[in-house]
Amino acid sequence: MPDLLLELFSEEIPARMQARAADDLRRMVTDKLVAEGLVYDGAKAFATPRRLALTVHGIPARQPDLKTERRGPKVGAPDAAVQGFLKATGLKSLDEAKIQRDPKGDFYIGLIEKPGRDAIDVLAEMLPVIIRTFPWPKSMRWGARSGKPGSLSWVRPLHAITATFGLETEEPDVVKFSVEGIEAGQTTYGHRFLAPAPISVRRFEDYEAKLLAAKVILDPERRKDAILADAKQLAFAQGFELVEDQNLLDEVAGLVEWPVVLMGSFEPEFLATPSEVIRATIRNNQKCFVVSDPKTGKLANKFILVANIEATDGGATIIAGNERVIRARLSDAKFFYETDLKTRLEDRLAKFDQIVFHEKLGTQAERIKRIGRLAAEIAPLVGADVAKATRAAHLVKADLLTEVVGEFPEVQGLMGKYYALAQGEDASVAAACEEHYKPQGPADRVPTDPVSVAVALADKLDTLAGFWAIDEKPTGSKDPYALRRAALGVISLITENALRLSLLKVAASALAGLSVKPADAQKLPSDLLAFFADRLKVQLREQGARHDLVDAVFALGGQDDLLMIVRRVEALGKFLDSDDGKNLLAGTKRAGNILSIEEKKDKRTFDGAPDAALYSLAEEKALAKAIGEVKAEASAAVAKEDFAAAMSAMAKLRPPVDAFFDKVRVNDDDAKVRENRLKLLNEIRSATRAVADFSKIQD
Amino acid sequence: MDASLPAHMRPERSFQGFILALQRFWAEQGCVILQPYDMEMGAGTFHPATTLRALGPKPWNAAYVQPSRRPKDGRYGENPNRLQHYYQFQVIMKPSPPNLQELYLKSLAAIGIDSAVHDIRFVEDDWESPTLGAWGLGWECWCDGMEVSQFTYFQQVAGFECAPVAGELTYGLERLAMYVQGVDRVYDLNFNGREGDAKVTYGDVFLQAEREYSKHNFEVADTAMLFEQFKMAEAACRKYLDAGWKDDKREAHLMALPAYDQCIKASHVFNLLDARGVISVTERQSYILRVRELAKACGEAWIHTEAGGAA
Repeated sequence: MPDLLLELFSEEIPARMQARAADDLRRMVTDKLVAEGLVYDGAKAFATPRRLALTVHGIPARQPDLKTERRGPKVGAPDAAVQGFLKATGLKSLDEAKIQRDPKGDFYIGLIEKPGRDAIDVLAEMLPVIIRTFPWPKSMRWGARSGKPGSLSWVRPLHAITATFGLETEEPDVVKFSVEGIEAGQTTYGHRFLAPAPISVRRFEDYEAKLLAAKVILDPERRKDAILADAKQLAFAQGFELVEDQNLLDEVAGLVEWPVVLMGSFEPEFLATPSEVIRATIRNNQKCFVVSDPKTGKLANKFILVANIEATDGGATIIAGNERVIRARLSDAKFFYETDLKTRLEDRLAKFDQIVFHEKLGTQAERIKRIGRLAAEIAPLVGADVAKATRAAHLVKADLLTEVVGEFPEVQGLMGKYYALAQGEDASVAAACEEHYKPQGPADRVPTDPVSVAVALADKLDTLAGFWAIDEKPTGSKDPYALRRAALGVISLITENALRLSLLKVAASALAGLSVKPADAQKLPSDLLAFFADRLKVQLREQGARHDLVDAVFALGGQDDLLMIVRRVEALGKFLDSDDGKNLLAGTKRAGNILSIEEKKDKRTFDGAPDAALYSLAEEKALAKAIGEVKAEASAAVAKEDFAAAMSAMAKLRPPVDAFFDKVRVNDDDAKVRENRLKLLNEIRSATRAVADFSKIQD
Repeated sequence: MDASLPAHMRPERSFQGFILALQRFWAEQGCVILQPYDMEMGAGTFHPATTLRALGPKPWNAAYVQPSRRPKDGRYGENPNRLQHYYQFQVIMKPSPPNLQELYLKSLAAIGIDSAVHDIRFVEDDWESPTLGAWGLGWECWCDGMEVSQFTYFQQVAGFECAPVAGELTYGLERLAMYVQGVDRVYDLNFNGREGDAKVTYGDVFLQAEREYSKHNFEVADTAMLFEQFKMAEAACRKYLDAGWKDDKREAHLMALPAYDQCIKASHVFNLLDARGVISVTERQSYILRVRELAKACGEAWIHTEAGGAA
């Protein structure tokens, strides 16, 4: 079956858009083919800076013929209805229609045969539409035609279209169409500088090979592989190690059609600047890689650039030019860094009076004060020195006003650490400058230094409390202030450091520190707590743990100690994995179901202690006894925070519960006995509440 | 590059030779070679030959040098490559010709940048001028990792769609010349291409000016007067725009250019005030908006003039 080759040749496509565009092209063409009844064997799309290319192989040469039946009017219907039917079906007269009988009478049926069209004609019709409706994130008009309304928009000017269709063994046909005066053909072009001449192509195989000969590697994955292999080799040959960087690699591969990897160097004096700053400078501004010394792991005074040409001088000019720019950039960075070092962090703080954090939440200066107060309050709870935590909270945001962070926002926090150390701050205070932003996501490291922990918690809780107070909570996919991430950060900080904290108390305290006083201030701490519960569920679900157990624990009420909640959930999860757990859960639920039915029937609850005198069966007595023992034992274990022991105690309930349901009829004819047995069932429920609300657990 | 040029005229030897080579190249492409506009402005784009001529259906090809004033970028002559006054070389071609990229690469060859040894790249850079109500798509052009030009297909100017679209090229002359001459400090550029006693450097011409203007821009510029000037320019612009309509039908405008001068003036005055640090962050936005409103009104007037394509 024939194959399609499509290439859209344009001026340079932004690197960040290429992969998505290739994917969109493949999806749009293949979806449309399928919709047209042309089911293909396979498709692959590619992008370089100057072209999008697509190959679809195994497309049927013709669409299948389509036969459809259309039901018309009743036999004997008025002429208008008959004429309408004939027009819609294209039949010449009613003689060409069948008559079909159904319970409602005899109806005319028209058979419409739509012969399949040649695939190449279908392509010629669909491709221009796809090109005109292509979903570029940003597109533009150009040239003389842009003076007319409705002119083509493309990411950058489109120059040529190659579109061929045919069998491997034959000379393919050009898919004949034109867009904006560009006729589809068989001519493309090689590398802009190394092989700019036109190339005539037939099908994908010779297209890819001819491009390669014309110094264009079509497949971005191959370009990436080539860059990575060459860069590693070049670094290794000089005794260095490439510092790998996937995002940079993706971007660089989108900037070249013919990657040529070269190495340059800079003055070793620049290495006195923090390595992260050097890396950010070289990477962000110059899109070059850095290398390290494998023995020390430290950055070397070398960089790796990826050029787009094989220069006639072997790259000497290109290296020299890049070295010049990098030298200038590094001198700027060094200058920024040294300038920053001249001002103590605390001397920068006055400026925060002028910087608004959020219109309704005041200035950065106010926020820093709030974080300080909160950090001092949290410090004793997390084992941090209050003075250090206060000092850290005072300084952690100061680096936002430094030159280096102004230039490279991604090194915020880290620079604060460098500057804090340089001005002789305590190591924990300095670490907090960097670590109080952490963890930034599930993969990020969770700080353990108590000073960092105190400030990190204070920072996040202030953010959460603030946005809760002004009712800017996340909704759906919108979370502009990253509040979900902040809440998850709090959860990780608490659980991974095994901290004991009353969330309600700290939340209330964070809210009290705000200058905004919302009307519903009373319920905000519990609202926030519910948000944490939600986040905890999401986190557990992502870890593959049972998130419904969180509800079962929160339903007990008064639970605001995250660590205890998590421990309880873990123990409960383990218990419910065991046979004892499963059966006890089933028994408890059964008790709950019976109770709720009978409660509804009698319009009353069955609270209160059962009367031992009314027990008639051994199973009743055994259950009552077990409940008493288990309740005491489980409560004692919970009080000692030994949830595993509490669960083991619960396990002892299982046999008497099972035996009870086996042998005892709850709805006894004697109303008093019935009432007493229902009270006993209620006792099962209340006993299990020592560990969780079993009714909230999903089966 | 023209091999018959005397040494002191060669683009890699002299700043003026460099400018002349670019002018000659673009003259050969059919551009009118204009002289700098006689007003202070932040970028060559403000020149009416770009801003206004980019609007309307009439073809327009022009190239010119424009001194660019960036009061905030002054460094008292102490930074090797930051200046509060520098030169941009500006090319505008409307409609954008299909081979504009090739022309650009040829222009680089004309100033001594050979694509056989230099790595020339077109790196995504979307251009937007909030003060001009303008945007376009294009690239920053890199030569061996250094940004040497801006390449933009104007999509909108003064709030109006460009139809047809103009292609705009902006060369940072000092930076390019430094690269071609191989100097690291802008003041060391050889201006006239001569050697020995006859040599004049960029520093000889501009260093004193950089020091003086830096002091002026940051320390002394009379802010009370500037605030007043901003208001006056704004009012004058409005006044000329109102007075410029030929009749009540508002179909033909006769004074778009004088009005636009006042818009240029307001923009520069704002830049000076900004450099003096007397405009707060919140006010800043509103000043930019006020200039944009002027630019838009001027654009509106322009498309009702003869050169703007009316009737």
